[in-house]
Amino acid sequence: MSGQRFSNGYLEVPLRPTRFAAYVFFILVVFAAPAVLVAAEAVQTETPQAYRSNHQRSGSLTDRSVEWPSWTQWSRVLLLKDYNTRVVVIGTSLLGLAAGTIGSFALLRRRALMGDALSHASLPGVCVAFLLAGPLGYDGKSLPVLLIGGALSGLAGASCILVIRHLTRLREDAALGIVLSVFFGAGVVLLSVIQQLPSGNAAGLEGFIYGKTASMIASDARLIGITAVVCVSISLLLFKEFVLLCFDEDFAAARGYPVLILDVLVMLLVLLVTVVGLQAVGLVLVIALLIIPAAAARFWTYNIRSMIGLASVMGLVSGWLGSVISALFPGLPSGPMIVLVSSALFFASMLLGTSRGILQRGIRQWKLNREVDRQHLLRGIYEVLETRIGEVTIARGRETEHVSFDTLMELRSWTPRRLRRQIARSRREGHLIGTDTQFALTAPGLVEAARLVHEHRLWELYLITHAEIAPSKVDQAADAIEHVLGPEMVRQLEQLLEKHQSVDGVANSPHALR
Amino acid sequence: MDWYSKWDASLDGWIVVAGILCAVAAALPGNFLVLRRMSMLGDAVSHAILPGLAIAFFISNSRSSIPMLVGAVIAGLLTALFTEWIRGFGDVDEGASMGVVFTTLFAIGLILIVQAADHVDLDPSCVLSGSIETIPEDLVSIGQFRIPRVVLMLSGVLMVNVVAVSVFYKEFQVSAFDAALGTTQGIPAWIMHYLLMVLVAVTAVASFESVGNILVVAMFVVPPSTARLLTDRLGRMILLSCVIAAVGAALGHISAIAVPPWLGFDRSVSTSGMMALTTGLLFVTALLFAPHQGVVPQFVRRQLLSLRILSEDLIALMYRMEERSGNLAPSTDDLRTVLLSGRYVTQLLMRHHRMSGTVVRQTGSGRFQLTDKGRRQAAELVRSHRLWEQYLVSEAGVSTERIHQQAEKLEHFTGRDLRDRLDQQTATPTLDPHGRPIPAENNPS
Repeated sequence: MSGQRFSNGYLEVPLRPTRFAAYVFFILVVFAAPAVLVAAEAVQTETPQAYRSNHQRSGSLTDRSVEWPSWTQWSRVLLLKDYNTRVVVIGTSLLGLAAGTIGSFALLRRRALMGDALSHASLPGVCVAFLLAGPLGYDGKSLPVLLIGGALSGLAGASCILVIRHLTRLREDAALGIVLSVFFGAGVVLLSVIQQLPSGNAAGLEGFIYGKTASMIASDARLIGITAVVCVSISLLLFKEFVLLCFDEDFAAARGYPVLILDVLVMLLVLLVTVVGLQAVGLVLVIALLIIPAAAARFWTYNIRSMIGLASVMGLVSGWLGSVISALFPGLPSGPMIVLVSSALFFASMLLGTSRGILQRGIRQWKLNREVDRQHLLRGIYEVLETRIGEVTIARGRETEHVSFDTLMELRSWTPRRLRRQIARSRREGHLIGTDTQFALTAPGLVEAARLVHEHRLWELYLITHAEIAPSKVDQAADAIEHVLGPEMVRQLEQLLEKHQSVDGVANSPHALR
Repeated sequence: MDWYSKWDASLDGWIVVAGILCAVAAALPGNFLVLRRMSMLGDAVSHAILPGLAIAFFISNSRSSIPMLVGAVIAGLLTALFTEWIRGFGDVDEGASMGVVFTTLFAIGLILIVQAADHVDLDPSCVLSGSIETIPEDLVSIGQFRIPRVVLMLSGVLMVNVVAVSVFYKEFQVSAFDAALGTTQGIPAWIMHYLLMVLVAVTAVASFESVGNILVVAMFVVPPSTARLLTDRLGRMILLSCVIAAVGAALGHISAIAVPPWLGFDRSVSTSGMMALTTGLLFVTALLFAPHQGVVPQFVRRQLLSLRILSEDLIALMYRMEERSGNLAPSTDDLRTVLLSGRYVTQLLMRHHRMSGTVVRQTGSGRFQLTDKGRRQAAELVRSHRLWEQYLVSEAGVSTERIHQQAEKLEHFTGRDLRDRLDQQTATPTLDPHGRPIPAENNPS
């Protein structure tokens, strides 16, 4: 597999178009998104409050039925005609974009579940912010206040994870589990306190658990937009440093990069996306936006630039499509829909991905199997003939003697069907002729067979002379490697083993043939 | 603190019983999750069983326990399977593949529940925090007793877990610590993995509607981690984790009743959240005060060690000063300038030396002199130091400039036996590599 990996991009020079696309993308995000938001506000048709009362149904968890929307509804949503649909769709898309970008680094850093722990850990902070905001003279329901509280307790959770990991012998997974469940338990306790407050109306806070996209207003979307701009620009500015951090931390440290600061910065960005995403998809599912697009992008490419670009696009698409579907079908809450769209993208990528996709791998494996069968068949016939004739060389330039099907069956543990199919294929390639039971190599078939036998034996000889493996064992070992020997390798082996070459260009077998 | 005045045995008693049953049932398989570094899989499975529950409900059209259990176990196993699958194919770490699987399943589950909201009282908001407070309302009769249905179910699950863990104790043990060894001994790691997943899923689903899945996650991870800090033996760890889980659950309910009045509320707060919180506090206590691994005991041990080393260094320094310039009596400040130690701690240690009769203070001048006893003790240290220097030069081939630092560390951990062996190895030298005499042993044998 590693051979293919090289050809697929690690050694490729980064293409100009990719970088160009990244810049265009960046400029679009930085300038276009706020512009769209401003425009959205300018042509505001409904006040957010009015919208909320009219459209409260969409996205809330208490809706029941799914109705097929009419064509006008389709066009209204898809063309972003409603002010609020516009806000929600833009907000969730930008969130997806930011999460896809930062999630890629988190994934490569093997910190994927950290986001989960952080999002759960933010709940008590949100509650405390709600409780304290009133007495301190702030609006307890304003999103920034709640999110700052969430971010602070998320930070506390992250520090607890670090403390547990460094002071005890517990592993990271246990640290994550402890912080996640205990902080969330504290959050649940605080929520139940808030529900009992005479003035308190905790309805807004429960939205943080499962997400409440429908209540998103322009300022919330703008907050997400700013987050997206911050995340994407920091990722682009510190791209090289982040990549180095992900792939070779020690090397980065040796080169004098401030590894700890970079690591903390990545964590802060993860925290930022998590906290901002709480409102959109809820704290259980926000982790999905970080992980799934990044994991999906890995199926398409081995190049980190393309991976991150793809992950941000997938995040954007899932945010957009998820909220559009949720707006069209009132029974489908948007948080889970966004996650399901990204999961659908993930499974499509897993199936079809061009570098790690299952289909791609299957095809590759299938091709390799056929190639291996072909080589086994030709080499088998050659060696049968060689044993029959003895020391004498097989005459070149014309057809060989016939070999029976049964003889070939005895050579390997292949099924009659598999052997027959391979024989048919070799016939089509012009390497074999003969009836159903008797076969002979054609002249080109003989040349090809001689080449394969030569490669096989070169490797056997190499194993005997240089790796000191017993002659009786080398046949098996050579079998495993001969199919992937390149011409360059064969030349090197020939140089190394010059003296073993026989007259007709095919090395002699170092062991008795069966 | 009059929580007992609010205590109602028929209500709070059952809540505590249910909490304890759930906590202990979860802690049992949790031990192996923590040891196999799969703690987050407990979290993932307990989220991912949601669609299993919903689909089982759609198919059976009832809320009876058996189809739900089957649905949840299937969903739990699928989670483990998909996680393994995506990890292999996607070349991502286990955490990421777990995150993909459980969020997807949870999202599906949420959507299904919303669709089913007409027909069923599976309320999304109690999926996470549960409704342990309503347990005593749903009673079933067993003979002449009427006990809550949930308590009955949780006892069943606890029995299953106890039986499974005790029957397969050896198998779980070997696959937790050395899965490859287990496989060679005929205990395939993957079977134990999926058996564990079944236990996790069964526990999670049984606890789901009663106590909410967050308490289950807490009980899977926190008590075993706490027990891990307290012991190194698996058997003890499992027992301890059960005790901690039970104590955490009981304390949780008590504080859910007792704490709000302190803060000025007259009603109780969420019990399951409080149970998670108190178990977390037990963990923090263990983190701080566990006898071997606790932060505080470790800190105290380190401080005591550094005090012992400093006090030994003090008399060794006085010995060297005496040796170099005859009858010199240093003051505390003279010693401090060499050893760079704090004023207070040096004075304290010198007082300790005076009290134990190793030094005497010259009247009036505030200067100190070694007594015979002190001189003997110091000579031992200096002998260790110089023997080590000799050994490092002659046997380990360390260059003369670097031996002092190492000998300075080693001298404090060298007893009589080791000194004698060093002496033998270096052929009983009389001078160290710097040319200073090596003191003789005090009581030659």
